[in-house]
Amino acid sequence: MQARILFEAAGPLTTIQDRGRTGAMRFGVPPSGPVDRLAFAAALTATGAADGWAFELSHGGCLITCHEGAIGFALCGGGFLADIDGDEPTAWRAGTLHTGQRLRIRAGSGNWAYLAFAGQHAAPRWLGSSATHASSGLGGGLIEAGSAYAFDAPRALEPRTLAPPPPSGPPDSLAVVLGPQDRHFPADAVRQLEQVRFTATSRFDRMGRVLGGPPLVPTSISMPSEPALRGCLQADGDGGLTVLLADHQTTSGYPKIATLIGPDVDRLAQMPAGHTFRFDLIDPHEALRRSRTAAAANAAWLRSLTAPRRLDERLWSSNLVDGVIDANGA
Amino acid sequence: MSAVSVRPIGESAVLIDFGGEISTATNERVVALDRALAGQPPQGMIETVPAYVSLMIVFDPLQTECDRIAAHALALLESAKIATRPPREHVIPVRYDAASAPDLETVAKATGLTPDEVVAQHLAGEYRVFMYGFAPGYAYLGGVPPALHLPRKPRAQRGHPAGSVIIAGAQCLITSLPMPTGWWVIGHTAQVILDPARAQPFLFDPGDVIRFERER
Repeated sequence: MQARILFEAAGPLTTIQDRGRTGAMRFGVPPSGPVDRLAFAAALTATGAADGWAFELSHGGCLITCHEGAIGFALCGGGFLADIDGDEPTAWRAGTLHTGQRLRIRAGSGNWAYLAFAGQHAAPRWLGSSATHASSGLGGGLIEAGSAYAFDAPRALEPRTLAPPPPSGPPDSLAVVLGPQDRHFPADAVRQLEQVRFTATSRFDRMGRVLGGPPLVPTSISMPSEPALRGCLQADGDGGLTVLLADHQTTSGYPKIATLIGPDVDRLAQMPAGHTFRFDLIDPHEALRRSRTAAAANAAWLRSLTAPRRLDERLWSSNLVDGVIDANGA
Repeated sequence: MSAVSVRPIGESAVLIDFGGEISTATNERVVALDRALAGQPPQGMIETVPAYVSLMIVFDPLQTECDRIAAHALALLESAKIATRPPREHVIPVRYDAASAPDLETVAKATGLTPDEVVAQHLAGEYRVFMYGFAPGYAYLGGVPPALHLPRKPRAQRGHPAGSVIIAGAQCLITSLPMPTGWWVIGHTAQVILDPARAQPFLFDPGDVIRFERER
């Protein structure tokens, strides 16, 4: 059995993403993968495809028609809204799309959402991963109007609304560790980083997000290029800050004053444009503690999203436990 | 030789910084440490990224931490067993005709050389792959002869095909994808340096040596 879907419309920055590739940064290839790793994991968990891939959507949303079969889906992240044939638009929605039905997805308060399907489709892979590097198109691929996908072994999912991850709402502070090139900034810049509120602007893509705030002008930008990591706060020659995201350049000659801890990179990427926040400067040991605490909390939350088993599976397991129901009535 | 610095990058990577200016000697230490780590990876290491004078080690913060990774790397450095190996050499054929080298005339005017002299200078350079960056397969080659050192163009230009041989300052690069560039396009090679379909899509390793050969 197969289910076939067609993108009738897709906003810019619609891509296929898996969890990302490792080992190729040395050749200029960043990890790519989802900008919001937690929402991505939620969509996969809710569709029972933990090692699979999902469509990453941004502000343009998308419109999908199911042309054959029926297939379960989950939409997670950014408060994006899904409706089926014009029913009540709902965020964090799981359900089943049937032949002839249209799934419309529109942006919510955040910037990124993940749409996973409960079926099998071998997306194109590059260097061991289907994560799409958006500017080259290498990997799973860029989605546009007319893109069509066939899924094998599609499964239906019970309609439900998933619980978004705690804590709700965009954060007021984000944790950063100084460096690796804070020595290329005057002491006053470090003080400002800690004391001034910054703004998440509307200028972003998969490579990075520009921040609004006071210029943190480096003392020099003549350093030899050094490796860069997702989460680095990079200053250009005029002191403008950009946070590096999933498709970041792997090396850069602009100094990085500080680096966000992993979970907070994704929260910054999802902030609505205009949202202000401050940076919380912590040492690497505290950063490790917070990152591990967040990972444990996220894992617990993800377990709570596991797709409920189908009714017949539940009855079968209760038969095994109770041992009293005999289908033949003997 | 300057002292090695350890710089944490968030909670999931560390930069081993050899310091100083760009030099072959320092980059040889970077490449040697990179190779030593590949041979004896610490638990939890995900990947390494060599650059001009520094090496980033990315790790899984749920399995290990910065101090342990840095200690492992410094111990490898201390053991002084990380010998530099003779570099692998690549010969790359380049066409310098007008269609392949749109900026050759301008570079000649700016350097006070004839176009043929620019080509001769470019061919005379000894090039080393210092690092990758900017885009997949963009290998930064140091070793452009001083006579050809020029600042980059005021703004990037589009429309140059993959395989363009471009220079700026002491650096040379062969483009792997059609990306905008502010560097000077002085040639073109038919050699595919990034072939996504190959099992190993990249032609060069950091530390490799490249020689250009004129193709007519």
